[in-house]
Amino acid sequence: MSTLGYTVHDSMTMLRRNLRHAVRYPSVSLGPALLPILMLLLFVYAFGGALGAGVGAGSGQDGGRAGYLEYLTPGVIVMGVAAGAMSTSIAVCSDMTEGVVNRFRTMNISRSSFLTGHVVGSVVQTLAGLLLVVGVALALGFRSGAGPLEWLAAAGLLAAIAFAVAWLSAALGLISRTVESASNKPLLIQFLPFLGSTFVPTSTMPSGLRWFARHQPFTPMTETLRGLLTGSPVGSAWWISLAWCAGIGVVGYVWARSLFHTTTKR
Amino acid sequence: MPSSVMPMPRQGGGGGPRPPAAVTVTGLRKSYGDKTVLDGIDLHIPAGTVFALLGPNGAGKTTTVHILSTLVAADGGRASVAGHDVDTAPDGVRAAIGVTGQFAALDNLLTAEENLLLMADLLRLGKREGRSRTRELLERFEIADVAGQRAATFSGGMRRRLDLAMTLVGRPEVIFLDEPTTGLDPRSRRTMWETVRSLVAGGTTVFLTTQYLEEADQLADRIAVLDGGRIVAEGTAEELKARIPGAHVRLRFDDPAAYERAAEVFAGAARDDENLALRVAGDGGLDALRALLARLDTAGVRATGFSVHTPDLDDVFLALTGRGADTALHPAEENQR
Repeated sequence: MSTLGYTVHDSMTMLRRNLRHAVRYPSVSLGPALLPILMLLLFVYAFGGALGAGVGAGSGQDGGRAGYLEYLTPGVIVMGVAAGAMSTSIAVCSDMTEGVVNRFRTMNISRSSFLTGHVVGSVVQTLAGLLLVVGVALALGFRSGAGPLEWLAAAGLLAAIAFAVAWLSAALGLISRTVESASNKPLLIQFLPFLGSTFVPTSTMPSGLRWFARHQPFTPMTETLRGLLTGSPVGSAWWISLAWCAGIGVVGYVWARSLFHTTTKR
Repeated sequence: MPSSVMPMPRQGGGGGPRPPAAVTVTGLRKSYGDKTVLDGIDLHIPAGTVFALLGPNGAGKTTTVHILSTLVAADGGRASVAGHDVDTAPDGVRAAIGVTGQFAALDNLLTAEENLLLMADLLRLGKREGRSRTRELLERFEIADVAGQRAATFSGGMRRRLDLAMTLVGRPEVIFLDEPTTGLDPRSRRTMWETVRSLVAGGTTVFLTTQYLEEADQLADRIAVLDGGRIVAEGTAEELKARIPGAHVRLRFDDPAAYERAAEVFAGAARDDENLALRVAGDGGLDALRALLARLDTAGVRATGFSVHTPDLDDVFLALTGRGADTALHPAEENQR
């Protein structure tokens, strides 16, 4: 087997291990989907009437609860990706604090396979969770005009975001000495979608916040998904999103990799 | 011979007097910040033998294992394991070794069987061989009946057995056991010892660290005593025992006056004023004891208790590392009263 062959083989073994954990503990693996689903229910039923009127006026869509559901759904889907950050960093950190990683390190296996298994596993888990979120949105009455091609592009975009977030979260898991701190660090990532166009258009925000909301990564991602699923204008948001994904992914990957290679035993 | 262990390693060419070394270490150094953990240690461990690194907590035992198993890089010196340099050919080392650390390195969320299959997958054994190897090790370590239970639910002894079984999936040439019986009950400890003996019988080299002198005495062909980052003594258990003072009898008294009188009778004895105890040189033979008791009777001194002490590794250890060798009481000596 070639070096690449070994890397793929070992990464697949680590991925199977990760997914076995996920299947055995669905509350952990599907937990991140809970936040967007709760947000969906809360904002559509409790606040949807009022917000729908305001947002509808601002974005040119139909007002009311149905209009707000249409506006909100793409946002909470992206939020679901961000929510996956915590389970990744916790999974990586808890592996690091237990002895099993040292066993892997004394074996003649591909060094990168451990992190690759975690990251790919996270992407799979996140996408599975998103199916739940989309299911709830559909049950609430969300209807998308998107065709198969748009759905495919949406899935690709979400996978790219999930991949980038997972590498960054893996690094956060590696710098955490305890599982508690590994669960706190990703809160920033999880909170970021609130300060974007998830719930309300950025144009309704005060100027300082508006600038931040427009330029933070989750806003173009949300706008791109919104465009794909509801036909709103995308503009330059799609390539800015992909650039953010590439940037976050590369930084997370390089950071996590060097942490994993240099971290000696805890 | 159990099929789960390596055949005897090939002897070095030319039939030289010295068998090939499984582990060679010269001038190994390691510090963490200001703290020097290893201060230049040398080791030579012939293949197919059991070597014990004996030392108190913090002596540098675990650090040595970490360096030899490629987990940590040394600051200086050279080390090779199974013919591979740990620094320049770590993958060669990793392919030849198995490590069972102080804390069980298993996946708590997986079952015992899944843990072993994970090892087989990572060793690229192939499906069929992986399954048969897993079955074999589950039987051998008596965890077959709980093979389907998660490792998190296992007791300490079972975890350690599963851990060792995982280490053996790849039939390593050299096995590192870092304090393998720390925290185990006596029965599990004996089981572990049996396992180590059967491994060596099959030609595997075992590098063991321990705080238990009895364990080193029981298992090891050679013992090195590590203290403060240095090897302070090395040799067989017999050689080490020969380096310390001989047998003695320890007499204990309740009454300070009796103690003082006895000290006059046995003028050459070492005094332990704090504990009112005298240490009288002697081989502990029946006649010597009789004579000793007769002298006490003659002097009209009543001793509260006595113990006969033959040298063991504890004495070696205390004599060499200088920690309370003369003043500290052994638990075994405190069993009178």
